[in-house]
Amino acid sequence: MISAPDVVAFTKEEEYEEEPYNEPALPEEYSVPLFPFSSQGANPWSKLSGAKFSRDFILISEFSEQVGPQPLLTIPNDTKVFGTFDLNYFSLRIMSVDYQASFVGHPPGSAYPKLNFVEDSKVVLGDSKEGAFAYVHHLTLYDLEARGFVRPFCMAYISADQHKIMQQFQELSAEFSKASECLKTGNRKAFAGELEKKLKDLDYTRTVLHTETEIQKKANDKGFYSSQAIEKANELASVEKSIIEHQDLLKQIRSYPHRKLKGSALCCGETEHTQDQTSQAATTSNPDESADTDLYTCRPAYTPKLIKAKSTKCFDKKLKTLEELCDTEYFTQTLAQLSHIEHMFRGDLCYLLTSQIDRALLKQQHITNFLFEDFVEVAEKQESAPPKPGPGRPPSRSLEECPIPQVLISVGSYKSSVESVPIKMEQELGDEEYKEADVAEMSSFDPQENLDYLDMDMKGSISSGESIEVLGTEKSTAVLPKSDSQASLTVPLSPQVVRSKAVSHRTISEDSIEVLSTCPSEALIPEDFKASYPSAINEEESYADDSEGAIHFQASVSAPELGEAEEGGLETPPSQIDSSCCIGKESDSLRVRLSTPAHTPSDQDGVVSIPPQRYRQKDQGFHVDFAVENASPLRDSSSEGFPADELDPSRLLASRDVSKTSLDNYSDSASNMSSLASTSSDRTPPSAHPTGPSSERHKKRAGQNALKFIRQYPFAHPAIYSLLSGRTLVVLGEDEAIVRKLVTALSIFVPNHSRYAKPVKHWVSSPLHITDFQRWKLIGLQRVAAPAGAGPLHALSRYSRYTSVLDLDNKALRCPLYRGALVPRLADHRTQIKRGSTYYLHVQSTLAQLCSKAFLYTFCHHLHLPAHDKETEEVVAGRQASFLKLTLGLVNEDVKVVQYLAELLKLRYVQDTPGTGHPMLRFDYVPSFLYKI
Amino acid sequence: MLRWLIGGGREPQGLAEKSPLQTIGEEQTQNPYTELLVLKAHHDIVRFLVRLDEYRFASAGDDGIVVVWNAQTGEKLLELNGHTQKITALITFPSLEACEEKNQLILTASADRTVILWDCDTGRQVQKVSCFQSTVKCLIVLQRLDVWLSGGNDLCVWNQKLDLLCKTSHLSDTGISALIEIPKNCVVAAVGKELIIFQLVAPTEESLEWDILEIKRLLDHQDHILSLVNVNDVSFVTGSHVGEMIIWDILDWTVQACECNFWDPSPQLDTQQEIKLCQKPNDISIHHFTWDEENVFAAVGRGLYVYNLQMKRVIACQKSAHDSNVLHIAKLPNRQLISCSEDGSVRIWELREKQQLAAEPVPTGFFNMWGFGRVNKQASQPVKKQQENAPPCSLELIGDLIGHSSSVEMFLYFEDHGLVTCSADHLIILWKNGERESGLRSLKLFQKLEEDGDLYLAV
Repeated sequence: MISAPDVVAFTKEEEYEEEPYNEPALPEEYSVPLFPFSSQGANPWSKLSGAKFSRDFILISEFSEQVGPQPLLTIPNDTKVFGTFDLNYFSLRIMSVDYQASFVGHPPGSAYPKLNFVEDSKVVLGDSKEGAFAYVHHLTLYDLEARGFVRPFCMAYISADQHKIMQQFQELSAEFSKASECLKTGNRKAFAGELEKKLKDLDYTRTVLHTETEIQKKANDKGFYSSQAIEKANELASVEKSIIEHQDLLKQIRSYPHRKLKGSALCCGETEHTQDQTSQAATTSNPDESADTDLYTCRPAYTPKLIKAKSTKCFDKKLKTLEELCDTEYFTQTLAQLSHIEHMFRGDLCYLLTSQIDRALLKQQHITNFLFEDFVEVAEKQESAPPKPGPGRPPSRSLEECPIPQVLISVGSYKSSVESVPIKMEQELGDEEYKEADVAEMSSFDPQENLDYLDMDMKGSISSGESIEVLGTEKSTAVLPKSDSQASLTVPLSPQVVRSKAVSHRTISEDSIEVLSTCPSEALIPEDFKASYPSAINEEESYADDSEGAIHFQASVSAPELGEAEEGGLETPPSQIDSSCCIGKESDSLRVRLSTPAHTPSDQDGVVSIPPQRYRQKDQGFHVDFAVENASPLRDSSSEGFPADELDPSRLLASRDVSKTSLDNYSDSASNMSSLASTSSDRTPPSAHPTGPSSERHKKRAGQNALKFIRQYPFAHPAIYSLLSGRTLVVLGEDEAIVRKLVTALSIFVPNHSRYAKPVKHWVSSPLHITDFQRWKLIGLQRVAAPAGAGPLHALSRYSRYTSVLDLDNKALRCPLYRGALVPRLADHRTQIKRGSTYYLHVQSTLAQLCSKAFLYTFCHHLHLPAHDKETEEVVAGRQASFLKLTLGLVNEDVKVVQYLAELLKLRYVQDTPGTGHPMLRFDYVPSFLYKI
Repeated sequence: MLRWLIGGGREPQGLAEKSPLQTIGEEQTQNPYTELLVLKAHHDIVRFLVRLDEYRFASAGDDGIVVVWNAQTGEKLLELNGHTQKITALITFPSLEACEEKNQLILTASADRTVILWDCDTGRQVQKVSCFQSTVKCLIVLQRLDVWLSGGNDLCVWNQKLDLLCKTSHLSDTGISALIEIPKNCVVAAVGKELIIFQLVAPTEESLEWDILEIKRLLDHQDHILSLVNVNDVSFVTGSHVGEMIIWDILDWTVQACECNFWDPSPQLDTQQEIKLCQKPNDISIHHFTWDEENVFAAVGRGLYVYNLQMKRVIACQKSAHDSNVLHIAKLPNRQLISCSEDGSVRIWELREKQQLAAEPVPTGFFNMWGFGRVNKQASQPVKKQQENAPPCSLELIGDLIGHSSSVEMFLYFEDHGLVTCSADHLIILWKNGERESGLRSLKLFQKLEEDGDLYLAV
């Protein structure tokens, strides 16, 4: 893990209230406004105190054609979670903002009913009354019985923290897209099945009608048709037509582009990239015959049924449930995915961001990160939001793709909201505004102009009691050209943001619902496509008049950006920056800051510190964000030229909350891991970070015990050195619990051989064999009284050259001498770190440094191989030694640690299939010493 | 070393007691083997190792399977299943001249009274012979004659196609324990206490049949002959259970030299006589020989002896080289000797010229005088009677390899890949030079980098 310990040093898991808070008074402009909910005795850093629900949850709602919007289910399915929150009311709210489903119509001249392969729309909205903010993912499912064949649904991630929704928008969108894709795939399957049955029915009906007509024809020899015959003939004709229609529908549903399916399963970014090409082909609107088709009552049966000409009223029938609409298998899979989402986004925003940054940075180090990290790679691959760096990429550039930029997406979205989404605003403003925005983008962004928009925005929300207040859409970021101001949008989390969280529960309109952002996944239709796809033209023609915004909703910020990052990232960083606009550039400038904690070697005193940095540029983009947030231009001035170290208070506040809330969450996380998660298929691994291989709580405990060990035993250093240099440490003791505890604690120092298993054996009572030392690097051994010459102790003394032995009962250690400088830094018994998780992070960051040293050492060609033919091995050896000593600054035994790690790196890199292959046992013939308290 | 661990007891004295056994501390600067790889495939004692080519070797043992390994990576290449009982002999088989595919073949003999010819490249069982009356205990290939011989209770001659050419009558119930080839189309077979010389008669114009004739029986040994090796062009050497080593002339089969008491405890002090009696008789049995141009190295009981062929005397010895019987020894090119033993250890020795005669390398008597003797351990040898006859060389312990938990049956030395040991604990361990391996891995790493196009060399 790469973290900055001086930041996390403020992490408080518990009892932070007891900490005397003696910080010097802040200047007025930095002071935090009083927390509005303090009277309730709530934790002032909790974002949840204003809401009626206890924590974030996912809601699935449907706009039923019979009863209107209704909530279907929540995840977690626990009434305690949403508490008194009015699900019905909120369902109404979220279902009423589905822009995608709102257009109903059909292209003129279309003969057959057309299925509408509608892209999901993604909207962020807020309800200030409820204190709830939601990411809403609208989707439509097909139902033969439904009006227009479609049933609108939505999935909403509901949180009390608006920033969380906004800043995690990309991730939420990606994850929900997966869930939605799963639902839709199942639905298509079910729909196709339904259609097939229906076709069989129709075919059968036609045969029956045909024979009846024939009979009538024969019976009727008078030369004219009876009204009955005519009726039959009409009926037959209508059945014929219906058959053609249904066949056409079946063809349509089956022709659903498969590339899309695959893409969505693999990587969301890719999907969105391809969507802009594929989706338009299929997009049409519903024909007017839809009413006709409603007449037929389909009863799914394998034996064909006769279909009556007149159908029952549609209100009488029972609509299919969501599970029926999709295949049961897909439904459970979706639920699993949703609960995965719920787990993934648990906890405070700050926590999420930190861990995202952390993981993104870790992913850059794909060569070394297996050594001390214990995250699951599979889970990482699932998270498609930050694209994976190519293996051959120079490390400096790949940082651009860390997800921090996405944190800042909200800035862009706020801005865009002001520019061009006049949902309730006067229509004529729309065009004009859009043009203005364009102009603004070309030149540098003008805050004044922005304020104007802001005003409009505010007007809109104030003036209409029942209005939908659109605060932002994601759409326009894609068309934003690069502007200088945006280059400076480099504040991932600033005091203002935090502060504005506190005041963001505004009460401007009592009953307003605020659409904060929309991001329909359909990308802007390129001109070429418009020409070649009539349906797309239809769409544009029919809506261009209505609202300028409608077509822009199709734009997706993520499509070009992610696509480019995937494909072109290697070659063309400048163009990437251009196209992805602020995102690329922000990452550019962010890189400078981020690289600091990640790559600077730590101070000699053992604490990694980030030197304070100043932002040189004025942060205009930031003002926009801020202004939108607070609707107060006054604060603008205060946010100029922020020193970076001012960030710390905000982090302090946030991290306190993180640890508090996250811990609370984790405490019940095990129980909350519903059965759904366990039944989840392989494509949805159980939550990525909160309940990883070693949970937060586990880490904390391990850190705490390791800290205890370091303080308690003066010979902790050689013991840790043994672990780091690959010499098996045997922890010997009688009490299993004590041994296990210490083994768990010390396991944080054990380098992994592969990603899959830590070479740690917690407890063993049988005699050890040579294979155990090859496999395990840390072993807890039971001390058993056995006759000399037998038993574990004998084996231990026989293999003493491969092991270091820590005897807990005698408080003694036998191991080689250590005189390096690395371990004292890692395990200083006088350390000021008091908390387990903090210490854990400290260890992780020190080890990350160590890994980078090992990386450098491993991958410098001339250190291992002669530079030219004439060079002797001695020269290479000398170069190697001086590199280790002088360049890497390693003293004495530290060299061996790096060499051991280098061997592990080599082994892993050379192996074709990591994880397999034999780990070899390396050892040195060095004398051991006995340490005793 | 681990006294504090094990606590009180007799172990502390054990350290002092062990003094006859030369020990080396944990610091072994000359020991190159700093990396090991445990290979697990067998389910019973692994007794035989045979080198197939530059990088492969085969192992076989009591579980009846033969496993082919890659000596570089430790990768298990093939598992040859065919025998139902333990394997008693294993030998590489030169492929047929006529045969186009030059696959490496091996012959295995098993207690199930079969001999199987394997193709080690494909794992195919080429042919199986199962017409034996007794277990085949040794195999030998006579390349000159294009035949191979199997020795059990009788001696059979086979051609390359595994047709029986001829056989001897029943020799003994104990069977042939060793076979070597000597000139004049003869072979020497060790049968119990006897050495029998057979001559092979190749088909001629008169008779189209192969024949094998017993030429001579040599009855000089007092006890069972355990080891029999060709030393050079002029002599071969045999060793028996009671420690007789006889060097024979390879052409006329006469005794060139006989050593039977240089390791035999000569008249001793009375106190030590007692101890002597407690010794197991096989303490002086000669288990294995190895040789180079000048010397024959003998594994005698727990000790190692170097016998110089020119001087006809022992030039160096290590009377208690191991805790238990030495089973296999081998001479490395660099004047090093490796020995493995029933005590589960492998030791590396170096033959050094002694600087001065004063440095008597037999300190054991000193301890014995003080009565440190341990009953269950072999007591030290008495001080040499003739100080002037003290060996001119010494075997210095330069390292030991501890890995097996049971007797190390055999080992195989690869110049490029290190040492392979097999043991009764069912394991095979590959001992490697850590430094060299590290270099090789680096080389591989940069090769892979180059293949991937990721190698940027500084201008």
